[in-house]
Amino acid sequence: MAIEAPAPEQQTPATPTVKARPLFDPPIVRRAILDSFLKLNPGTLWRNPVMFVVEIVSLMVTVRLVVDIVTSGPVAFDASIAFWLWFTVVFANFAEAMAEGRGKAQAESLRKTRADLVARRLLPNGSEESVPASDLRAGDIVMVSAGELIPGDGEIEEGIASVDESAITGESAPVIRESGGDRSAVTAGTKVLSDWIRVRITADPGESFLDRMISLVEGAERQKTPNEIALMILLVKFTIIFLIVCVVLQPMAIYSGSRVSDAVLIALFVCLIPTTIGGLLSAIGIAGMDRLVQRNVLAMSGRAVEAAGDVSTLLLDKTGTITLGNRHAVAFIPASNVSERELAEVAQVASLADETPEGRSIVVLAKERYGIRERELMEMHAEFVPFTAQTRMSGVNLDGTEIRKGAVDSIAGWTGREMPAELTAEVERIAKAGGTPLAVAKDRVPMGIIELKDIIKEGLTERFDEMRKAGIKTVMITGDNVLTAAAIAQESGVDDFLAEATPETKMELIKKEQEGGILVAMTGDGTNDAPALAQADVGVAMNTGTTAAKEAGNMVDLDSNPTKLMDIVEIGKQLLITRGSLTTFSIANDVAKYFAIIPAMFAGTYSVLNALNVMHLRTPESAILSAVIFNALIIVALIPLALRGVRFRAVGAEALLRRNLLIYGLGGIIVPFIGIKAIDLILALFHFPS
Amino acid sequence: MITIIVASLLLIAVTPPLGAYMYRVYTSEKIGRLEGLVYKATGINPNTDQSWRRYASSVLWFSVVSMLFIYLIMRTQNHLPFNPEGFGSVNPWVSINTAASFMTNTNWQAYGGESTMSYLTQMLALTFQNFLSAAVGMSVAIALIRGFTSREKEGLGNFWRDTVRGVIYILFPLAIIVGIVLMSQGITQTLGHSLVVHGIQGFKQIIARGPVASQIAIKQLGTNGGGFYNMNSAAPFESSTPISNFIELFAILAIPAAITYTFGKMVGNVKQGWVLFAAMWILMVVGVVMTTPGELHATPAMQAAGISANQPNMEGKEMRVGPYESSLWAVWTTDASNGSVNSMHDSYQALGMLAPMFNIAVGEVIFGGVGSGLYGMLFFVIVAVFIGGLMVGRTPEYLGKKVKARQVKIVVVGIVLPFLVCLGLTAVAILIPQGLAGRENLGPHGFSEIFYAYISQMGNNGSALAGLTVNTPFYTVTGAFDMLVCRFVPILAALALGGSIAVEKIVPFTAGTLRTDTRLFTGLLVGVVVIIGALTFLPGLALGPIVEHLMHGRLF
Repeated sequence: MAIEAPAPEQQTPATPTVKARPLFDPPIVRRAILDSFLKLNPGTLWRNPVMFVVEIVSLMVTVRLVVDIVTSGPVAFDASIAFWLWFTVVFANFAEAMAEGRGKAQAESLRKTRADLVARRLLPNGSEESVPASDLRAGDIVMVSAGELIPGDGEIEEGIASVDESAITGESAPVIRESGGDRSAVTAGTKVLSDWIRVRITADPGESFLDRMISLVEGAERQKTPNEIALMILLVKFTIIFLIVCVVLQPMAIYSGSRVSDAVLIALFVCLIPTTIGGLLSAIGIAGMDRLVQRNVLAMSGRAVEAAGDVSTLLLDKTGTITLGNRHAVAFIPASNVSERELAEVAQVASLADETPEGRSIVVLAKERYGIRERELMEMHAEFVPFTAQTRMSGVNLDGTEIRKGAVDSIAGWTGREMPAELTAEVERIAKAGGTPLAVAKDRVPMGIIELKDIIKEGLTERFDEMRKAGIKTVMITGDNVLTAAAIAQESGVDDFLAEATPETKMELIKKEQEGGILVAMTGDGTNDAPALAQADVGVAMNTGTTAAKEAGNMVDLDSNPTKLMDIVEIGKQLLITRGSLTTFSIANDVAKYFAIIPAMFAGTYSVLNALNVMHLRTPESAILSAVIFNALIIVALIPLALRGVRFRAVGAEALLRRNLLIYGLGGIIVPFIGIKAIDLILALFHFPS
Repeated sequence: MITIIVASLLLIAVTPPLGAYMYRVYTSEKIGRLEGLVYKATGINPNTDQSWRRYASSVLWFSVVSMLFIYLIMRTQNHLPFNPEGFGSVNPWVSINTAASFMTNTNWQAYGGESTMSYLTQMLALTFQNFLSAAVGMSVAIALIRGFTSREKEGLGNFWRDTVRGVIYILFPLAIIVGIVLMSQGITQTLGHSLVVHGIQGFKQIIARGPVASQIAIKQLGTNGGGFYNMNSAAPFESSTPISNFIELFAILAIPAAITYTFGKMVGNVKQGWVLFAAMWILMVVGVVMTTPGELHATPAMQAAGISANQPNMEGKEMRVGPYESSLWAVWTTDASNGSVNSMHDSYQALGMLAPMFNIAVGEVIFGGVGSGLYGMLFFVIVAVFIGGLMVGRTPEYLGKKVKARQVKIVVVGIVLPFLVCLGLTAVAILIPQGLAGRENLGPHGFSEIFYAYISQMGNNGSALAGLTVNTPFYTVTGAFDMLVCRFVPILAALALGGSIAVEKIVPFTAGTLRTDTRLFTGLLVGVVVIIGALTFLPGLALGPIVEHLMHGRLF
């Protein structure tokens, strides 16, 4: 029976607010062009060994060129080689600068919100002073009233306020922030809409999440991640191999009868070493972080993003992630001598004063089913009996009539007798189906059961399927009992569940998985989640969560949307896939370059080697130059791919590998044959090199 | 032709039983009686579990002592017994080179055995080393495998125990069987003098004899390749009949192939072993297909001399062996780091030379040396896993162990350093007179001779493009350096890899893990081997065999 659920009061935004930005935003491009020349500074370039080597050899060719010009040798060919070698480095720098620029722009728009903030700092003597937000230190106390922006990340010490967090989350509905409990954290740059709060600043300037994130995308503090280091070693290996190959080529050439010019040798060397991936590697990393920011997730380190790709177990909180925040009433099941309408009426009355979403849903269901109008309690002279942890029920006293609703066993206790058998059976059925039964009694006589059900978010089953295909186990974490948990788990399609979860059992589960060598990701918001967030390999704290939770995790989701955990995993995988695919592409390219350059190199000594010139390139000079130009241009051509990332597909490792090998491996062999030939033809139009 | 097919298929058939037997040898907890005697006599405690450093230092010490031992015997053979021909002390350059050569399982021979070495040297120094150096290779491979299967423990096993077992349970019994079969085929086994016979036409002929069968058996089985005679297995007393030829041929690849199965059993998934086998087998078949057709036709030089193109290229081949079996042997002996020959590679068609050179150049991983082929291939596996793993979006892992920066670093050293040494030495040799002097031919073929010598010693193969004179101080010393570095750098890399990966956690397999027991991965692995090998050696191969081939102006 499909019941339309009333809109929950506070729903997390369902889709991330991706702030779309064109790939080549003109101001960013302009800035990046300038940067790509500034980045030629060897002091910074050495961090990228492959491009650093290219810079050194470019310099060598240039020096040689100058000498040749002075001694008036033929320079047009060498000059064009030198030119394109330099541009190989510049293009690689451009890729990095573009990624940084986009990251910065993203961060800038976040930072703008807090640029000229003024804080009202409370002095020990109780008076206030106005200071720039940048002067705030951890421990300072500030006052923020309606209409003002919160000057720094902090914790509410006193007060309650509605806060507009749209500046960072993109979600326009204001949220309530109050002192104590799990909703006391506030973020710099958000706006207080009503009331006032006293906030204790928790971060020094430059250390808030936003600042950390900005420094991560800006590259200044970007540290290489473990996987990036491993890949770099492999790339250096190829660089060394080709260095040997090219150094040794000269003796071989001399043996064969003629020296090869240095420019040609260096051209071959630069073409062979993995400049494509070497040039794009850092751009790929930065772009990965940037993609997270676009989804309003701030990562504390690149390492965390990489770990996300490796995660094999996702711990998903049931509430808010798998199910909509709250349960809803879906059916009234009366006792044998009671009509359904009667029960609905009583249940509605019992719930009128109950402002919880569950309570509201009972009222709404009664109205929808039987058209029972809401009545004002005041008019009825009713006395509200609130829910307490001891009684575990609530209700009203109405002109001497007592109505109660609550957990089945507490109501049974109140009535002082066993539940009727037919109701007990229903209770079991509901529990098994993952619902929650609430009993209703009037004057200590059981009237029936209200069936409450979790409403599972749409599209999740497909999402879990995808995760499963990608080898990721989804585990639902819930405080519900085993029966309820099992039913919801089955309905939603998660692989496993942890019922009656406490922070301790959650922690145990994480440790157990990790002992088996599995990386675990989870979300959390409460202070009691902090230890587990710290233990998990990827701990995503909700922005609405406490400062403790945020500090324990290694990512913060500004939208506080736990479903996003799956997006984060995909971004992590995408990052690795992009690296692997471009590495394959880069190395596969070498085959064609050999076919272009080797025959050209020995055209003078062994003209028979022209049989290897399968592309039929016009002249040896044109062949070498075409290969060098291709090698430089391919970096630019692949920048969009590096920034956007190779798409992750949930098809299983085998299919994914086959696909990527076909595209980037086989494609990597074929594309340069076509590209080099095309460049050769274009050069022919200009009769260059003559 | 039939031999090629039968041998290739038989290799598949023999791998599981022999591999399973070797698995038992290396994993059995029980200590056999003979084995126990060895431990007692030598004072070895076979039960200590060695860390990779301990294991490596055992390998190194053992090798240093072995090398000294060979050197001393050769230098003093004139004072030692079993020297019926009264050969003098071997010259120091050749001694150093030969000591390095046999200790490293290369069996590069800068000498003619029957005219230089006493029987004692042949048996005690050379044949004995054939067993030991082969067993060391297997021990290192087994230690590396233990690293993959270890559950966060440091130990890689015990070098002494592994080596003793390799000798007495695997190499020795197999060598006895093969030796006896060979003797039945008329291969000499004697400590008597050379025979002096007078031919029908009246001239005197000296026929060298000696303890041949025993040395041949192990030289084939242990991928050593150093023959008793200078002519190696082309000499009739090293291989006399089609049966002896087949047995010797098969013995080349038997153990290197079987150890892939041992690997599969040890890691608990025989498919993992079959993947390595398949990659090796495919590369082997490609080599045979590249080499054989050319040898069925006369070379351009022969054609110029008036021989029909339809005549096989029999220059440097034995009539009793023929072009098919010669080609097959040439490919197999270079696939494995064996290096024994039954025909002269120098006289092959240019393209026929290309395949053997490529086989050696990729680092002897197409079955490769006993043990060394496996760990060499595992280096390439790590590279393949790294690239493939990234492409499926996970930190790469192999057999449940994560491949991180440290592992990549070790593997890179293991692959790159030998390339560096070999290419560097080639570059020096083709520039200086001492190097150029050794050539028999000029031009690209002369280049091939030098290049082949260094890649052969790099791969611890030991075969040569006959023609190069290598008993000079320059070639013996640079060769010894080449052999030693290219043997021990990969050994240390393999053990360091084993050590670093042993302490890693085993990550459970999920649907998102890159599978390494599939055809797709086999293809990726073959691709990685070919691409890395080709990219490194293409210029050298282009200036040697490829130019030579093109100069003759035809493809086949």
